[in-house]
Order: sequence, then C-alpha cells, then structure tokens
Amino acid sequence: MSDEKMIPLWEVFIRPRNGLNHKHVGSLHAADGELALQAARDVYTRREEGNSIWVVRAEDILASDPDKSAENFDPAADKIYRHPSFYDIPDEVGHM
Amino acid sequence: MTEHKDHLKVALLQVADDHLILGHRLSEWCGHAPMLEEDLSMPNMALDLIGQARHLYTYAAELEGLQRSEDDLAYLRTDREYTNCLLVERGNIDFAHTMLKQLYFAAYMKPFWQFVEGCSDNTLSAIAGKAVKEISYHIRHAGEWVIRLGDGTDESAERMHLAVETLHPYTEELFWIDEHRKICIDAGLLPAADVVRPQWDATISAVFEQAKLAIPEVTYPLLGGREGKHTEAFGYLLAELQYMQRAYPGAQW
Repeated sequence: MSDEKMIPLWEVFIRPRNGLNHKHVGSLHAADGELALQAARDVYTRREEGNSIWVVRAEDILASDPDKSAENFDPAADKIYRHPSFYDIPDEVGHM
Repeated sequence: MTEHKDHLKVALLQVADDHLILGHRLSEWCGHAPMLEEDLSMPNMALDLIGQARHLYTYAAELEGLQRSEDDLAYLRTDREYTNCLLVERGNIDFAHTMLKQLYFAAYMKPFWQFVEGCSDNTLSAIAGKAVKEISYHIRHAGEWVIRLGDGTDESAERMHLAVETLHPYTEELFWIDEHRKICIDAGLLPAADVVRPQWDATISAVFEQAKLAIPEVTYPLLGGREGKHTEAFGYLLAELQYMQRAYPGAQW
C-alpha cells in the first residue's frame, strides 16, 4: 500500500514494571515519534501491560546477518568457563 | 447537599449526555479508521467517554430517586429530553472534523473535572479523579492530530480550516449556564465559566498556533441542545443508539 510507504514503521518496547527491562512487543505505523508513542499506548498497553514505552524507527535498527550466525555465535559454544557457574554463592547473598 | 439535589441531577444529565453522544459518535469510526492504530485509539477514547457517562447517569439516577437506572436514562428518553450540547452530536464528516470536535470538548472537560475533583461531593470527586486522567490524554491525542492536519498537506490544511469554520460556532454552548447549573456553581460543586474558559482558550490557542490555524470570530453562536432542541442528525443517532433497548426492552448482556 502506498500509505505504508509514506508512514514509517516503528518498533515498540514496553517495560512491564519498574526494575524490569523494556521488551520488544511488536510494531506499528506512525507519522512521527509523538504519534508513535500515542499509538503504542493505545495498541500495546490496553491491558495494563506496562508503565513505560520506547519506540524506535524500524529502519534505525541494525540487525546481524542470519547467514553469519555460525561465525558470530558458534565460537562461544565451547567456552563454558565464561558462565559463572563454578562459584559457590554464600547463603547470605540470597537469591541472585 | 440535599437542597441542591434536583439541580445537580439536571446539570449532571447535561454532562452525561455530552459524554454519551460524543462517545457514540466516536465509536462510529470503529472499523473505519484510516489505519489500524487509529482504529484502536478512537474506540479507546469512545469507551472512556461512555464510561464517564455511565458514572454520571448512575449518580444522576441516584439523586433523582425514582428507581431509574443508567440504562433508562441513556436509552429510554426521547430526543427532546436529551440536553447534550449540539457540538457533540455533529456528524464525524472526516478525520479533521472528528479530531477537532474531540479537542474542543476535551479542552473544556479537563478544567471542569479538575475543579470537580476538589469539590465537597465525594461521589462527584471520585468520578472526576478518574476522568481527568482520561481526558488529559484526549487533549494530547486530538491536539497532536489537529496540529499535524492543520500544518500538514494542502488537503489536510484545507479540511482542518473547514472543520474550524464549521464547528467553532458550536463551542459557545459548552459554556452555557442555566439556573440549575448556576445553583451548583454557587454551591461549589461545578466550575463557573470564568474558571473553565481561560483554560479552554489557552489549550485551543496553543494547539491552533502550532497547527497554523486562526481562531475565528463567532458572531452567531449555535445553541439549543441544552434546551432539548437538537439538529436533524440527532434523530438518526438516537435511532441507532437506542435500537436494542427499543426492540428488546430490558435486554441485558
């Protein structure tokens, strides 16, 4: 649709509660940032899903190349010493 | 409190009717908006307005003491018994008209609710506390659209100018004060025009300035709704609004 060419796509991130991270929830079309925030409020927070919204122009997001998955991610597979699972956590620390 | 009861009921019915009729009009967009995002957003605001109407009808019915319910007041009165202002019953026409209508109304209701929130009537104050947040968002949403359409393309600007020319003469009725409302104002329950008007002017001026719109001189204000004298379009609106209760009296869902 020609409208969609004129109206840019935005990716929407919602923070469900204080202390949690913003999480990607979906996308929408809006003419500019302010309208994108309003649309995100109306589309994605109708059921009390969050208390903060970020919107980012979809075209501003750079994505890694799926064809380079092997060279990007496989080398980490055998480096188990990077996981902090060899430490004993003192009881006083509690839940981490 | 009791001595104001009858007057407060009449005044609250005016406000309730404004909300029901404007909410109904806005709900007509459901499924017809130019884009999905707006198709969710307009019924969202319509539901806010109808929700506020429900609270007001319920309280008006309680003040009346005749065992009528919110549904009786919303669905079973005749056109001459509705006292909404003419602005809210105007057809949607296009997106410019619709958003401007919402802005005019929300800009009036925000200072109205802010005043009522601080009044001595606990029920009213609770209704206002919820409504003021909702209506603040309506100003923002409708205001941003008016700005973008007024200062947008040649076509959007032309439609916005036409909407201002058409709807502005109806805004005077928002500030209508009859004997009932006067008594409620004197009792400190509802705001006087000089509380609401400067804030309405400020909101509209701020939006219009950014939207590159001029506020027109109103030489002939269009009034009548508060006295039950409605436009032709109102009959069609009521026919649709009341259809279920008229066809299936007492129907519930």
